[in-house]
Amino acid sequence: MLCFHVCAGEIFELKAELNSDKKEKKKEAVKKVIASMTVGKDVSALFPDVVNCMQTDNLELKKLVYLYLMNYAKSQPDMAIMAVNTFVKDCEDPNPLIRALAVRTMGCIRVDKITEYLCEPLRKCLKDEDPYVRKTAAVCVAKLHDINAQLVEDQGFLDTLKDLISDSNPMVVANAVAALSEIAESHPNSNLLDLNPQSINKLLTALNECTEWGQIFILDCLANYAPRDDRESQSICERVTPRLSHANSAVVLSAVKVLMKFMEMLPKDLDYYGTLLKKLAPPLVTLLSAEPELQYVALRNINLIVQKRPEILKHEMKVFFVKYNDPIYVKLEKLDIMIRLASQANIAQVLAELKEYATEVDVDFVRKAVRAIGRCAIKVEQSAERCVSTLLDLIQTKVNYVVQEAIVVIKDIFRKYPNKYESVIATLCENLDSLDEPEARAAMIWIVGEYAERIDNADELLESFLEGFHDESTQVQLQLLTAIVKLFLKKPTETQELVQQVLSLATQDSDNPDLRDRGYIYWRLLSTDPVAAKEVVLAEKPLISEETDLIEPTLLEELICHIGTLASVYHKPPSAFVEGSRGVMHKRLPARTGSPDVGTIAGGSGTETAPSIIPSQGDLLGDLLNLDLAPPTTTGPPPPTSGMQMGGMDLLGGGLDSLVGSPMPPRHASGLVPWHSSVDDLCPQVWLPAMKAKGLEISGTFARRAGVIQMELTLTNKAMSVMTDFAIQFNRNSFGLAPAGPLQVLSPLSPNQTIEVSLPLSTVGPVMKMEPLNNLQVAVKNNIDVFYFSCQYPISMLFVEDGKMERQVFLATWKDIPNENESQFQIKDCHLNSDAASNKLQASNIFTIAKRTVEGQDMLYMSIKLSNGIWVLAELRVQTGNPNYTVSTEDGWGTTGGAVDSPSCVYVVCGSCYEV
Amino acid sequence: MIGGLFIYNHKGEVLISRVYRDDIGRNAVDAFRVNVIHARQQVRSPVTNIARTSFFHVKRSNIWLAAVTKQNVNAAMVFEFLYKMCDVMTAYFGKISEENIKNNFVLIYELLDEILDFGYPQNSETGALKTFITQTGIKSQSKEEQSQITSQVTGQIGWRREGIKYRRNELFLDVLESVNLLMSPQGQVLSAHVSGRVVMKSYLSGMPECKFGMNDKIVIDKQGKGGATDEAGKSGGGGGKQSIAIDDCTFHQCVRLSKFDAERSISFIPPDGECELMRYRTTKDIILPFRVIPLVREVGRTKLEVKVVIKSNFKPSLLAQKIEVRIPTPLNTSGVQVICMKGKAKYKASENAIVWKIKRMAGMKESQISAEIELLPTNDKKKWARPPISMNFEVPFAPSGLKVRYLKVFEPKLNYSDHDVIKWVRYIGRSGIYETRC
Repeated sequence: MLCFHVCAGEIFELKAELNSDKKEKKKEAVKKVIASMTVGKDVSALFPDVVNCMQTDNLELKKLVYLYLMNYAKSQPDMAIMAVNTFVKDCEDPNPLIRALAVRTMGCIRVDKITEYLCEPLRKCLKDEDPYVRKTAAVCVAKLHDINAQLVEDQGFLDTLKDLISDSNPMVVANAVAALSEIAESHPNSNLLDLNPQSINKLLTALNECTEWGQIFILDCLANYAPRDDRESQSICERVTPRLSHANSAVVLSAVKVLMKFMEMLPKDLDYYGTLLKKLAPPLVTLLSAEPELQYVALRNINLIVQKRPEILKHEMKVFFVKYNDPIYVKLEKLDIMIRLASQANIAQVLAELKEYATEVDVDFVRKAVRAIGRCAIKVEQSAERCVSTLLDLIQTKVNYVVQEAIVVIKDIFRKYPNKYESVIATLCENLDSLDEPEARAAMIWIVGEYAERIDNADELLESFLEGFHDESTQVQLQLLTAIVKLFLKKPTETQELVQQVLSLATQDSDNPDLRDRGYIYWRLLSTDPVAAKEVVLAEKPLISEETDLIEPTLLEELICHIGTLASVYHKPPSAFVEGSRGVMHKRLPARTGSPDVGTIAGGSGTETAPSIIPSQGDLLGDLLNLDLAPPTTTGPPPPTSGMQMGGMDLLGGGLDSLVGSPMPPRHASGLVPWHSSVDDLCPQVWLPAMKAKGLEISGTFARRAGVIQMELTLTNKAMSVMTDFAIQFNRNSFGLAPAGPLQVLSPLSPNQTIEVSLPLSTVGPVMKMEPLNNLQVAVKNNIDVFYFSCQYPISMLFVEDGKMERQVFLATWKDIPNENESQFQIKDCHLNSDAASNKLQASNIFTIAKRTVEGQDMLYMSIKLSNGIWVLAELRVQTGNPNYTVSTEDGWGTTGGAVDSPSCVYVVCGSCYEV
Repeated sequence: MIGGLFIYNHKGEVLISRVYRDDIGRNAVDAFRVNVIHARQQVRSPVTNIARTSFFHVKRSNIWLAAVTKQNVNAAMVFEFLYKMCDVMTAYFGKISEENIKNNFVLIYELLDEILDFGYPQNSETGALKTFITQTGIKSQSKEEQSQITSQVTGQIGWRREGIKYRRNELFLDVLESVNLLMSPQGQVLSAHVSGRVVMKSYLSGMPECKFGMNDKIVIDKQGKGGATDEAGKSGGGGGKQSIAIDDCTFHQCVRLSKFDAERSISFIPPDGECELMRYRTTKDIILPFRVIPLVREVGRTKLEVKVVIKSNFKPSLLAQKIEVRIPTPLNTSGVQVICMKGKAKYKASENAIVWKIKRMAGMKESQISAEIELLPTNDKKKWARPPISMNFEVPFAPSGLKVRYLKVFEPKLNYSDHDVIKWVRYIGRSGIYETRC
């Protein structure tokens, strides 16, 4: 929290001005207070003086005081009560603007005692004669629900709100719909928004009359309705289509969402279906003439629409051509859509454009353009030749990143059209030295290995890579291993030495299990049965499919239901970025009804074959051999493993042991865990900088939610190539933390992309004491390499919910614990009284067992239970008026034991909880 | 919904901060400053997710407006709202600048309280807002006035108040078009479209019912079938296209959309004063007012010869104005010699371009510029990207061919008729992004 301290003199001066008799002076003073508040200064000390200004007939002054109240009422709940009377009085004012203002402000004050007084005025306002008051009251119900859901239900406000849907004023209807939709989101099964043909009809009528914002609320609500049959869905579509001509883009996108959803139910042979498809294209194109930020939102949505229904925009390729002055985020999105729309009919134009783009300034954009040329070759066979020659032209420019990107896509072209364009290999080989990115190097090596029989000096080329074998990334190492084995199988006589060399490098000198295992398999294959080796290594590869980067169909369906919203911008389901119960409900497209030809419809265009994604590691064989790095599912203590097993499954053993020698994070001088290791939710720590992990950056935090420990990871790909196949593993640690499931990274992580993953943790893994105690060593694997890092978790997340000890047991245990186990320390500058402290601690599962007051000191006795069964007992001494707390702790050993140094963890506990 | 709204100056200092939802803390203010305003990299997206909090931002000159949320909000709505917020502020105190925001912060808070409630946008029409939020303090209103305000803010015609009176009923229609072109060096049109706006300024008494008509192909064809002879239509105008195909159009919220959808007629009660009645886009049969013919020749490694011809392609009696041709030059340009037949041309080193300006040019004319560009030798391997030649101009006709056919005004309660209203129509065609690759 950012606070500037206001000097006492300034406060004093303001105080005097606030209590002045002159109205003007008063108003100016309140303005000054608000100005200080805006920049983050703490002016809460003026609370009583500001509230005194509330009783005024000057509306402007009143509004200012209300603004102040909304900000500070929570920190001064007792004084906020002073304002209640004025609020209640204002709710009876003859002026509707004042009535609405009072009820609107009261709803924003999140103080229980005020909320109690709000019910009666709110009830009146919901039935007020003036629509302005009613529309404000409707939103106020949603506010109240956010503070106290039970109260809203008990007071019957939900029914009143439902009645407002039939109100005569369109704006009241719109706000009631918005409020109900929001409340319904937190009760997924409540059937609150009882949508039926009658209520839908009312909404559609209101749609024609309300403000642009109201139209958005109504359309978003309509999208949740499931029509009974295709007739009903057609009639709704007919009444929604006029919205496509609205000047407000959000109205248009919400209308598109309703149409895209309800269209699912229409039979494809219906004339109306075709008409609707035609009507959708122009408004989508018009969105591209909006301001750039809106264009971006529109393009992200069009990307989804094009995947779902390519026929809508197939003739509109030109509008996605990139303009020189477009912001970069618009350019990249347009390019994506261009590739999706590319077809035989427009390929010439597209290619000409892409070639233009490849000479632009922005590196990311150029790379994407080059990659797009390759995609075109794979997608439209007729254009492959032109694409290849375009790529060759680009390689001639010798611009480093262009060359590398071109080589990566040429590899894919070879996969798609084997034995067709080998003539270009010579040109590619000329650029061997300039390749410095792993993906490009790996691609080049793959090409050399694959066509080894036609490249005279293949052995020399591969040998040159071998020199720095250990400095290469895993991707390149794997590729090099496979390529040399291929070469050996093709030209066994000259290359025996080379293959021996690479096999020994891979198996004996490498720490990487993937590489080791692949090496061993080749070695055994070659030594036992060379014919079988040939069959395996030189097997014919399956062709790659043409569509790439497609969103997985069920996710796509869900995202279509979220058109216009943030989910559609992120291309992620709401549950991936929204906390709590909201958005957990997955939305689905309705099923088609009443149509005779269900079978053919499911086909659609281009979706009947589930397209597979081009694996970034050109060699499928390699993927077959990749070991699955899922966490162990056994819960018992595993047998002690020591060191490294040759080619075995102990993937962490070797890696983490070597980590011990690496520099550890700086330790706290006393050996205690620094209290600030609790992590502020908004600034996750960087655990693994991109520098150390070949472009993968990992940052994260820990949290305990509903009894489950969560590791919140943010993975950022700062490298130039796509990352896939993520997995995670922990080393043994003090509290037996282990992943409770695999790392959920479903789609490949493209360059500059960031994803957030939440990994649930269990506490039943193997135990080993760490130094510091809360240290956790983690290994993360992706297609490039395995990376190791260590991080520290706040001990408080290990406190279990059933940590409240019986009073008697507490007393007995406290006495039983020997004095050596006790430690004492002070917490400084904590301005909470004992009750508030107790409440705060309880939220972190630190339970107050008893409290007594001795000589003006509050003594709190508390208990904590750690996930491994260790109990910690604490005594907290709070002296009123003294910001310093004294804590004595004693720990009782549970059953698990181990040399765990527990006073230090209590230190963490108390510190971190106050931080919250 | 929107959880909070912040306004920052270019340094990242908060000028306005209004939080609507409990899930947005004060630290969100700092998170945006640190991660976006102070970010070293160029902004890669207008939507940023920082620790499960989403930030939407737009920039106006050097002021940042950011909306914050933790929910799955309607993203398009948030941006539309931010633009609207800018419009409202501009309507109240002019340019959005740090000084104006600081001087009007009380007013801004008052507006934010009114147009966003719990993060839900409410009526944000300035016409309605100005009736009860003023800069000069609140006037004491009579009871009738109060209920009139509330019924207007929540009513069906939220954009116009009752009881407007003018001695002279007058209206102005501006058809403003921007014509966009991307042409290949060989003169092939890669893409061309016109995006147009019909802006209406009306000073009419009462609650006038208006009907707007233009030479929309769909309407004209329908009327043709409806009995009137096609002959009359074809011979009537004398030159030029009779009707135009409109790809798509969008309307101000005062236009009855269901009526347009059913009958394609544009009827509405306009807001008082200025409003953008409609926006449209056309791509067929566009009159391209100018053609640019570039010729770039590389003479050795240190010299470029550029010749550019522009041809005007409209009626000789019309005059184009404010013509400007911008010819990009490489970064390593050391000197430029320019010769042009008409207007003035200058090499602007800071902009890496030759700027050629011509004040006026009649239709069906041609002009030419030639330049010799001296280059410094470099060992930069990367080739010069050759940005396109761009052009600016203004012409007194609509390049899409759109014509206003009528704008009828009915006010049944007051005694003035359509004939008493003085109407003015004006057409202006401007260049949008008008580029020719070279």
